[in-house]
Amino acid sequence: MWGNLESFSDFFVTGDPMILGAQVSIALAIIAIVFVLTVFKKWGWLWREWLTTVDHKRVGIMYIIASILMLFRGGVDALLMRLQLAMPDSEFLHAEHYNQIFTTHGVIMILFMAMPLMFGLFNIAVPLQIGARDVAYPFLNALSFWLFFFGAMLFNVSFIIGGSPDAGWLAYPPLSELAHNPGVGQNFYIWGIQISGIGSLATGVNFVVTILKMRAPGMTLMKMPMFTWSVLSSCLTILFAFPILTVTMALLFLDRFLGAHFFTLDAGGNPMMYINLIWMWGHPEVYIVVLPAFGIFSEVVATFSRKKLFGYNSMVFAMISIAVMSFFTWAHHFFTMGSGADVNAFFAVTTMVIAIPTGVKIFNWLFTMFRGRIRFTTPMLWTIAFIPCFIVGGMTGVMLSVAPADFQFHNSYFLIAHFHQVLIGGVAFGYFAGLYYWWPKMFGFALNEHLGKWAFWLWNIGFYVCFMPQYVLGLDGMTRRLYTYDFDMGWGPLNLVSTIGGFLMGIGFLFQVWQIAYSIKVHKRDTTGDFWDGRTLEWSIPSPAPLYNFATDPQVKDVDDWWETKQKLARGEKLPPKPALAPIHMPKNSAIPFIMSVFWFGAGFGLVWDWLWMAIPSLIGVAVCMLARSFTYDDDYYIPVDEIKRTEEAAAALKGATT
Amino acid sequence: MAKSVAHHQADQHGHDHGHHDLESLKTLGFWIFLMTDVIIFGCLFAVYVVLRENTAGGPTAEELFKMPGVIAETFILLTSSFTSGLAVLAMHKGKLNQLIGWLAVTFVLGAAFIYLEVAEFIEMVNEGATIATSGFLSGFFTLVGTHGLHVSIGLVWMIGLILQLRKRGITNVTKRKVEVLSLYWHFLDVVWIFVLTVVYLMGVM
Repeated sequence: MWGNLESFSDFFVTGDPMILGAQVSIALAIIAIVFVLTVFKKWGWLWREWLTTVDHKRVGIMYIIASILMLFRGGVDALLMRLQLAMPDSEFLHAEHYNQIFTTHGVIMILFMAMPLMFGLFNIAVPLQIGARDVAYPFLNALSFWLFFFGAMLFNVSFIIGGSPDAGWLAYPPLSELAHNPGVGQNFYIWGIQISGIGSLATGVNFVVTILKMRAPGMTLMKMPMFTWSVLSSCLTILFAFPILTVTMALLFLDRFLGAHFFTLDAGGNPMMYINLIWMWGHPEVYIVVLPAFGIFSEVVATFSRKKLFGYNSMVFAMISIAVMSFFTWAHHFFTMGSGADVNAFFAVTTMVIAIPTGVKIFNWLFTMFRGRIRFTTPMLWTIAFIPCFIVGGMTGVMLSVAPADFQFHNSYFLIAHFHQVLIGGVAFGYFAGLYYWWPKMFGFALNEHLGKWAFWLWNIGFYVCFMPQYVLGLDGMTRRLYTYDFDMGWGPLNLVSTIGGFLMGIGFLFQVWQIAYSIKVHKRDTTGDFWDGRTLEWSIPSPAPLYNFATDPQVKDVDDWWETKQKLARGEKLPPKPALAPIHMPKNSAIPFIMSVFWFGAGFGLVWDWLWMAIPSLIGVAVCMLARSFTYDDDYYIPVDEIKRTEEAAAALKGATT
Repeated sequence: MAKSVAHHQADQHGHDHGHHDLESLKTLGFWIFLMTDVIIFGCLFAVYVVLRENTAGGPTAEELFKMPGVIAETFILLTSSFTSGLAVLAMHKGKLNQLIGWLAVTFVLGAAFIYLEVAEFIEMVNEGATIATSGFLSGFFTLVGTHGLHVSIGLVWMIGLILQLRKRGITNVTKRKVEVLSLYWHFLDVVWIFVLTVVYLMGVM
């Protein structure tokens, strides 16, 4: 029954003191969580309020908590790598362990940190920005979260059970094929990504329909907040890109599981086909994560410059054209494949062209700030820091897009520095800005700005100290995925500098954790619901938003409708009377998303170990959950008017007490 | 004008109208899901076309494919699409028994299709042509098998829906469910036309 297990150490990873330490601390953490939940009798609360919730605001918070945990793990991976590389001829990590760490670092940071943080912000902000009561499919939304969560757990469990994948973050064959990678690590990779990928695809469908169909009356497409536009363009890209990932992972699995020959070297397989497929997903993927960051910057820059966003129409046009063009640049990831000058020329040109709409956006943000009354709050600081960082990252990207020159840059530290600059400087900075910006709306209290500024400066200085030397190292010939190098290469000093920068960013992260912990303790209540003097609808309701979001439907007339409303009030104009309260139709909580995702986890785990006795019943469990959902007709209820009245009066009283 | 589900509660149509809107929202979502499924099949077709000459000394398409069985499968599936259309027509006329009857006919035809396909696969495997034989056969079994898997899921879905129809009759909710299932079924029919052309006809040509 246990098939491929011959001894204990085939299952649990043993022999490495660091991993043993991690195993012990994970066991202790689980015991501590169980203990705390039991002592404080919080199991029922956890189940009713969180695990079975279909409320987009709570789903968003769960996404964000999970992504911060993943940021910690991905960050520890990064620091371990930097420690190893700080000195020449280092023996801190052996080659195999190093390979595992750079693989998990990449996968976790992109798929299990950036993606869920992005989905968390979608969930928090989009329904509130468009004046909706929830997303289009609240049940599916909860299912998406739990699929992501259990996919991420399945991937992470490989660290202590079975062994981590070690074929790089995109698992190129033939290295990731059974012949060269016989362990289970690569199976964990496939099923972790596959399960969470289904969730991502469902989120894409969900938000496209939410944005197209659930906007408040009066909010035409061209009156939508810019973040909502960015989410729409990102989700449209998800719809076209993620099915490709699903197919690619499935085919790699068939190669490993049934001995198929899609990507093998023998019997007619074609490894380069995998590399084409994975980048047909992978390149749009980087735009999927960066477009919402652009949306966040647009909101933040307008709010804190107290000006309308410059060039709204061109911004929308730029976002949609980036979303479309992102599908025509994938081969620039492997100019060295040898597909010929004509193919390389095409992809070089498309890559250069996609920089144009990005440049348009940069100018729009700059002109928004121009002659604005800028407030240097933490979200704004991250936005301002993003601009030069992303410009440098974008310019080195254009350098890489020059196909002949790319033969030199390919797979060097120059490339590593480039993509970290756009992914940290663009995506991470953007999501931090968004997290700080919407934090008061999510939790009803503000984060400490002083600690936030410490974190900001540590991250920023650390970033340049870490990655600028890597450009030079790349030009000096240092290639990626090296686990050690000779003293004679002369790469030692710059690597040491880079490591110091990495640790500065690590300290920056600790400051952020401290900032959150401190702010929870101080709990500076946001009583107004409009903490930043915002412009869009989410700031027109109390913080945190009530369960039903909007007591009555907002009637939208302008872009930045809430700002215009405030202007009208300041001028002493009368607002049209609000419609009478009516009972609000809400979806009921459901345990099915959680249970179904547990079954998916079981199926994934079974397939990882080739245990059909576990995988088949689990897949049947998945099917039963789907049928159970289909046969459920009683899935909604109404919030009575009395309750809405009470909630609204309490919020008004809180506001009145302070103003 | 864009309106949310809940917005309808404010007007006077009450409970049913709210549900009706929710149902059209779900139909739209299903259309979008089908678009993503198109991309899944698109990738599998592309992979198959890249690999179809890579027989690696194993059997070729011409040697393997037996067209009479494939033609029979095609006609059975096309007919099932027609009968699922008849089911939807019966539903719009409000004839519950006819609706269930045509769905049952569709189910039987779908099951016959799956039976023939599985028999074809078993025969190939017995002749030594498995998914592990060559790149061509990996592509073939995966593409055609994915279509077959879709049809099989549709069959389970159809049973579930027939049970719900018997219990609840034709309501806004069951109506939407039948329409969505029929959409799915026609979609699989279209995909099969491409399978027939790209895999079988171009294979034996």
